[in-house]
Amino acid sequence: MRKVVITGLGVVTPLGGDLNSSWKNLISGKSGASTITKFDPAGYPCTIACEVPLGDGLNANDGSFNAEDWISPKDQKKVDTFILYGIAAAEMALKDSGWKPQTEEDSFRAGVGVGSGIGGLASIEKTALLLNEKGPRRVSPFFIPGALINLAAGQISIKNNLKGPNLAAVTACASGSHSIGEGAQMIKNDKADVMLVGGAEAAICPIGMAGFSASRALSTNFNEAPEKASRPYDKDRDGFVMGEGAGFLVLEELDHALSRNARIYGELKGYGVSGDAFHITSPSEDGDGAYRSILMAIDDAGISKEEINYVNAHGTSTPLGDEIELRAVERAFDGAIKGLSMSSTKSSTGHLLGAAGAIEAVFSVMALNENIIPPTINLDNPSVETKIDLVPHNAKEKEIRSVLSNSFGFGGTNASLIFSHHYN
Amino acid sequence: MSDTLEKVQAIVVEHLGVEADKVTASASFIEDLGADSLDTVELVMAFEEEFGIEIPDDAAETILSVGDAINFIDSAKS
Repeated sequence: MRKVVITGLGVVTPLGGDLNSSWKNLISGKSGASTITKFDPAGYPCTIACEVPLGDGLNANDGSFNAEDWISPKDQKKVDTFILYGIAAAEMALKDSGWKPQTEEDSFRAGVGVGSGIGGLASIEKTALLLNEKGPRRVSPFFIPGALINLAAGQISIKNNLKGPNLAAVTACASGSHSIGEGAQMIKNDKADVMLVGGAEAAICPIGMAGFSASRALSTNFNEAPEKASRPYDKDRDGFVMGEGAGFLVLEELDHALSRNARIYGELKGYGVSGDAFHITSPSEDGDGAYRSILMAIDDAGISKEEINYVNAHGTSTPLGDEIELRAVERAFDGAIKGLSMSSTKSSTGHLLGAAGAIEAVFSVMALNENIIPPTINLDNPSVETKIDLVPHNAKEKEIRSVLSNSFGFGGTNASLIFSHHYN
Repeated sequence: MSDTLEKVQAIVVEHLGVEADKVTASASFIEDLGADSLDTVELVMAFEEEFGIEIPDDAAETILSVGDAINFIDSAKS
C-alpha cells in the first residue's frame, strides 16, 4: 500500500507571516486578535478579528507578511487576498520540502488541492458596489478568475508547474482538512506522487463580518478586549473570532520522499469524513457526525486509540460547538482518555474558516515534531468537567505519539486527520 | 509628446508593470508588452474611464498597439 508522508510546511497566519514566527507566537500563548483595521468596524456587532500582520516591506524577518515577496504589485491586483495568502504559503511549503518538478513526468505526477470556505468574498463585495455605482462596463475581466475558489489551486499550479490533479474542496470550515485528506487519497490511489495541499481564506470584510454576525456565530462581548475573545471551552465564550491566512503541506508518497532523502515530518496516517444531516449551521446535538468522523480516521490509520495522545480540536469558541466536540471526543476515546490532551489553537489564531484545518494540520505536525502542545489560551473556567487535559494558558512539553485534528463545517460536514511519526 | 500619449503611457505602465520607455506608439500590447487577452480588456476599460469615452467591443478588437489606442482616443474625443 502506498503511504503518504509530509515533507514540507508553510503558513501565513494572524500570528505571523511565516511558520517560524507563527509557531513561536502560538506556543508562547499570544493572541492574534485586535480591532479590525481593514475597514472601519464602527456599528458592527463584532469589531474585532485576527488579521494577518502586514509588513511595510522594509524589515525582513520581522514576522510580518509582505505580499510583494510573493507576487508582483501588478499581479496582486488580479487576485483576491485569499489567493495571495495561498500562493505565499504554498511556495513556503514547497521550498521547505526541497522538491520541485525537474522533468515533465515530475510535473504530471504532482498536483494541488486548495480549499477555501468562501473564496473571494471581499472582491465580490467591492465589485458589486462598483457595478451598482458605475455599471457593467467597469467590472474587471480579472474579477471572476480573481474570486473563484479553485483559482487558488489554479494559480499555484501555474506558478510551480504542477500538472497533476488540481482540486478545491469547498466544505466551509472543513475545507482545509478535506483538501488535505483528498490530496492524500490522490497519492494513495496512484494518481500522483506529490500533492501540495492546504487551505486559504480572507473573509474579514464588511459583508463577511455582517453575515457571520447575523448568523450569530461571532463573539460580540469582547470588542474592548480582543485578545480575550477567543476562549474555547471557557464558560464566558460567546462566539468565534474571524481569522485569515493560509496553510500548506507537501504530501509525498513514501518511496518518492525516501529516494531523494527528504526530511520527513511524519505520516498522514488516517482520514475520516462524515455528514451530520441535521442543521445548516448547528452541529448535531449528540455529536454523532464528529464521533463517526473521528472513528473512521482511527480505523483508517490502523492504530489503537491509545496511540493518539494529542487532539488539535475544531474548538471555535462558540457556546454550542465546543462542548459537542468535547463529548464526541470523550465518546470516541472511551477507555483511552488517560493522558489525552486536547487544545484549540483557534484561541490564538481565531477561526480561519476554510484555512483553519490547514494551519491546524501544520500545527499538529509541528507539535508531533517538537513534542510541544500549543495551549488553549483564555481558558480560565471550563464550562464543563472533563478528564481530558485541555491545556489551558500554557504550552505543554509532552512526547507526542500521534495527533488527531478535527474540522467541522456549516452544512454538517466533518473531517478528521491523524498524523503519526514515520519510523524507517 | 501629446497629452494622450502621456496618459496612455501611464495607464499601460500601471496595468502591465512595464518600463515607460518600452511603451512606444509602435509597441504591441500582447507581443511587445507581455499583455494577455484579459489584460487588453482591462486596458480598454481604463482608457474609457480616463478619457470619458466609450470603446465598443468591435473597436476594442482593433486596438492592438499603443498607437492604435492613441489614434482611437484622439478621434473619439474630437
